[in-house]
Amino acid sequence: MKTFRLSETPIDAASLRISLEDPAAGGCVTFEGWVRNHNEARAVTRLDYQAFGPLAEDEGEAILAEATTKFALRVARCVHRTGALAIGDLAVWVGVSADHRDAAFAACRWIIDEVKRRVPIWKNEHYADGESGWLHP
Amino acid sequence: MRIRLLYFASLADRAGLAEETVETNAVAPRDLYADIAKMHGFSFAPERLRVAVNGALASWDRALADGDEVVFLPPVSGG
Repeated sequence: MKTFRLSETPIDAASLRISLEDPAAGGCVTFEGWVRNHNEARAVTRLDYQAFGPLAEDEGEAILAEATTKFALRVARCVHRTGALAIGDLAVWVGVSADHRDAAFAACRWIIDEVKRRVPIWKNEHYADGESGWLHP
Repeated sequence: MRIRLLYFASLADRAGLAEETVETNAVAPRDLYADIAKMHGFSFAPERLRVAVNGALASWDRALADGDEVVFLPPVSGG
């Protein structure tokens, strides 16, 4: 079963949360990344995400597989949006379940950091002044 | 040999296209990037990019073969 996927359509966080359930798990930690209306002091009106699909999915799968070896998890999942998003939209969802909270908090943080660092997805911000720009940190 | 190139984000904007096929004598992605960067005016130093060959991350010095698909990946900004 795929643990990481790209989605061209809105992410359904409620159904993803259900996918974390496991009778042995004592809890879950989820992270929702939202589109915010500002970045580095500029007003943002919307953004586009572009992905190199095949490699993004492979790299995402690799990150989640690594997470399950580094941390004592029951389930780990991540979905990242592509395409045009509006302010407030859910851009990325990470969820993990674990027997104990320490592993769940640490793994969720580690996964979102690795996704942001490694997965070939790019953000094009559109600004209130009409300009736009791809972010290449 | 012929290499298929895919471009993303600012590299696609700068090149003005998302993909192209080039005829090249480059033996590895490192030489190929030098040629392509000159052709399209890419300003990224190779140290800031990663390279993928046939859908998998690859070394800059890996040998290229006819028909390979190469992607130069600019710094990512997901999340």
